[in-house]
Amino acid sequence: MKRFFALLQPIWEFGAALGRRLHFLVTSLALVPSALARPRQFIEQLFYVGSVSVILIAVGGLFVGLVLALQFYTALSRFGATSSLGGLVTLALLRELGPVLTALLFAGRAGTSLASELGLMRATRQIDAMEVMAVDPMRRIVAPRFLAGILAMPLLAAIFSAMGVLGSYLIGIKMMGLDPGVFWSSMRHEVRFHSDFVNGMIKSLIFGVACSLISLYEGYHARPTAEGVGQATTRSVVISSMAILALDFLLTSFMY
Amino acid sequence: MRQIRTLEVTTGLFVLLGVAALFYLATQTTNYRSYGGRSYRVRAFFNNVGGLHVGAPVRLGGVTIGRVNLIRYSMTRYQAEVGLLISDHYDKIPADSTAAILTQGVLGEQYIGLSPGGAPTFLHNGSTIHFTQSAIILENLLGQLLTHAGHSGK
Repeated sequence: MKRFFALLQPIWEFGAALGRRLHFLVTSLALVPSALARPRQFIEQLFYVGSVSVILIAVGGLFVGLVLALQFYTALSRFGATSSLGGLVTLALLRELGPVLTALLFAGRAGTSLASELGLMRATRQIDAMEVMAVDPMRRIVAPRFLAGILAMPLLAAIFSAMGVLGSYLIGIKMMGLDPGVFWSSMRHEVRFHSDFVNGMIKSLIFGVACSLISLYEGYHARPTAEGVGQATTRSVVISSMAILALDFLLTSFMY
Repeated sequence: MRQIRTLEVTTGLFVLLGVAALFYLATQTTNYRSYGGRSYRVRAFFNNVGGLHVGAPVRLGGVTIGRVNLIRYSMTRYQAEVGLLISDHYDKIPADSTAAILTQGVLGEQYIGLSPGGAPTFLHNGSTIHFTQSAIILENLLGQLLTHAGHSGK
């Protein structure tokens, strides 16, 4: 009997870990209105989460667009269908690569900084000090960062995709000499507003929630040592990346 | 103070850039505005719409000029009612034009093909196309062919 319970232990712990994160999520979501009531903190966090990532995201998007256009051009020219290059690249960007790659870059750029910042606050007892002063650290620290993360992600994904479209334009029209009219009209013809654009943005909104939640949770619950902060930072990237890829599969299979 | 100002300006720029990118993607790379706003509605009644679905193109001489935006069954006429959204650029389509449900390729997507008539009046918002040709149902065609072959054999 004891052995049987020992076998169940990992499942039990997994459930408990999931439950703690869910509780963290619900608490943060409930505090979002109070974060909106203090716009200064929220704007400051939007800067640290969003503005500083713009260059990385824009350059990433541009190069992904360039590479996609080159690869698709080669593949399409074998079928004699290079006229649908624009539509194909934009579909790939809006539906899949924009939200996913932005979320992965976001986890590496903004997620780690969130996790290490909160971890360091935990290690230097700043969070405990707040609790002693009867300031709710969830309200004061977590909520504005969480809201900033959720809002920044779709905007970053849009910048990524727009830069990708620019990249595919450079390759398709400037380098390969496709007809601009055919290129742009294939885009408008193939890409649906609702099922492609809106769903892609919903996807990146959900990634924003997942990424911010995981990074903040790992930082907030870091062990209060130098080693603990490092581990929390690593865990935030690893868990975020896995969550993004798994969520992406789930969302894609439900949405389309 | 100065630092906070830079921070706010940069954040504002980021949000502006993001919203601009959203707007650009929505309006320029998708079908969002292709036939929205500047278009008019026309109705057509068919005995059978076959595999036609909402969003299918409406073509005039092979050129896409609009989309199907509604398919429903009319209980007053006992026919399928199809709503067409036609771009305002094409506002001189004769009122007695014919609408037919055609198929692209052998097993391709179904679309509505218009062929212009000769009336001096034009289709406008809310008008109905009276001359229609239903989708060709392969089963019916085969059935007719078989009964026909059976009769001629006798």
